Amino acid sequence: MSRRIFVPIDAAALSVGAGRVAQAIVREAAERGIALDLVRNGTRGMLWLEPLVEVETPAGRVAYGPVTPADVSGLFDADFLNGGAHALSLGPTEEIPYFKRQERLTFARCGIVDPLSLADYRAHGGWKGLETALGLTGAEIVEQVTQSGLRGRGGAGFPTGIKWRTVLNAPADQKYVVCNADEGDSGTFADRMLMEGDPYALIEGMAIAAVAVGATLGFVYIRSEYPHAFRTFSAAIEIATEAGLIGASILGTGPAFHLEARLGAGAYICGEETSLLESLEGKRGLVRFKPPLPAIEGLFGKPTIVNNLVSLATVPVIFEKGWEAYRDFGMGRSRGTLPIQLAGNIKRGGLIERAFGITLRELIEDYGQGTASGRPFRAVQVGGPLGAYFPESLLDTPLDYEAFAAVKGMLGHGGVVVFDDQVDLAEQAKFAMEFCAEESCGKCTPCRIGSTRGAEVIEKIIAGEDRSKNLVLLDDLCTLMLDGSLCALGGLTPYPVLSALTHFPDDFDRSVAAPARAAE
Amino acid sequence: MAHSAPFDPDIAREVIAGLTHLPGATLPILHALQDRFGYVDAAAVPLIADALNLSRAEIHGVVTFYHHFRQAPAGAHVIQLCRAEACQSMGCRDLERHAETRLGVAMGSTRADRRATLEPVYCLGNCALSPAVMIDGELHGRVDAARFDELIDELGLPP
Repeated sequence: MSRRIFVPIDAAALSVGAGRVAQAIVREAAERGIALDLVRNGTRGMLWLEPLVEVETPAGRVAYGPVTPADVSGLFDADFLNGGAHALSLGPTEEIPYFKRQERLTFARCGIVDPLSLADYRAHGGWKGLETALGLTGAEIVEQVTQSGLRGRGGAGFPTGIKWRTVLNAPADQKYVVCNADEGDSGTFADRMLMEGDPYALIEGMAIAAVAVGATLGFVYIRSEYPHAFRTFSAAIEIATEAGLIGASILGTGPAFHLEARLGAGAYICGEETSLLESLEGKRGLVRFKPPLPAIEGLFGKPTIVNNLVSLATVPVIFEKGWEAYRDFGMGRSRGTLPIQLAGNIKRGGLIERAFGITLRELIEDYGQGTASGRPFRAVQVGGPLGAYFPESLLDTPLDYEAFAAVKGMLGHGGVVVFDDQVDLAEQAKFAMEFCAEESCGKCTPCRIGSTRGAEVIEKIIAGEDRSKNLVLLDDLCTLMLDGSLCALGGLTPYPVLSALTHFPDDFDRSVAAPARAAE
Repeated sequence: MAHSAPFDPDIAREVIAGLTHLPGATLPILHALQDRFGYVDAAAVPLIADALNLSRAEIHGVVTFYHHFRQAPAGAHVIQLCRAEACQSMGCRDLERHAETRLGVAMGSTRADRRATLEPVYCLGNCALSPAVMIDGELHGRVDAARFDELIDELGLPP
């Protein structure tokens, strides 16, 4: 009987050589006359161990990593196909503390299954949530999603069930479900990982949303920077449609639901829901005024659910395990789990799905084991380019929507980017403004003009030009952008700027050499 | 990229005609044309406008709004360097200077011999393995200066 062996096909794993490792394993096995059943799985999310090779043994899956093509011959010599000891042995995969201490609900299958195998998906609990939902009325589905406490994982944290209820109650001849997979925030990769590692979970979640509100057409808007995810997800749609799981009838008994993947074109603003809808309609990604809400007048003017990918991919587990089980995770008004993406200058980066309430310190020091450079930690940016920079003194902040709001930050899509003491927070603040200027859709003045002026003012402050006057001006400009911008791009760009100013004032004063840089 | 063919209006018309049935077809059409020819030729704009019953201005507006769409062919190899925060934390600003020197081209432009285009990109979703680089659609992680040179050498690009 041939041995099952797993080598990830996730883009991050491929980026550090998983493809070459897979080739080397196949070649070596052929030379040795060993029959192999090679599965190209998604990643487990322990990205610092990639390429992570797993072997199925009678005692469960065991891991080796990070493997290079040069290690392959030695692994065969060490009889790794039977779990043999080797310098790269990591033991049973699920006993690795980084993985073991997670609470995987949304990512329960990611890294375990063959991403495009329907048999694998079903064997690991797939379609159960959808089967349950098909036995419920739309109102019941919406009620259970509301009761689960699920909030939008894209950043805004708006209750998913409330959004769905609005669409359910909006009478129309056509409704849509749109998945926002325009994951543009630096430090985030959860959407990509799921599309590449467990795409049917998203299809199932979207089908449940469609059944709930009576939508018959769905779109997944995937950013063009993710060609690999687009290919995998498009293949998943094709396979699921051909198998009759979606299309003319959901699971062969439910209503019709047609799903299409669409490619973005390199515009950060299209992660904003109304800009995304404009883009799907074939237009420039200009932000729309609200109201009307997309739930009332969304895609092509019809009631539309627009949800983040993680929100939609979490829906199946809510119906598989029950809304109570999901709600029982978390703290305060942040219920369930958050797939946290630990990134940047960190020794052990990856995806960590945990119930809300875990602190930044536990993530960075315990899971992450500190900086990759080995230099002292200095700052962490949470929530992407519009998120605040926090110093060491705020590391005990729990990951919770309200706790972050209380310290003038936001969780965003769960990206945590760590910086060592080489970081210059004035430069980071300037970058935040420059990025906003680059990506602004241009519709509203505070964002379009404010971001350019903001970058200029920060430059003057760094140059020591009229410092005190320009600091007042910057503060005033930030207030204007916060209050006067049409959407979150202009409205949140002040977050990284003001947090950098508040927590790292020395970086903005070049007359005082910052201690960290002076040490260079 | 290497697979691009010279612009041909008849092929363009065919590509467009195959996609006009899609709701909101503009972006899928632009992607298909760029995949085919390597860029969106100005001559394609009126063809798309006619097929979708939109104005040329509207199509031009879409082409120019999105960073992804090119209005001129790129170099034979497209090298995209991530410039976003996670990669900044791992030294992408230095890598950018190194890349410009190694390739002999400024960020955002194409070499005179048209063999390479160096472009900024804001996040490739490989933030736990920064700095990230994409070369001709292939993602690479933990790209320091030495690794960058190896990758460029593999392309056979002279300095």
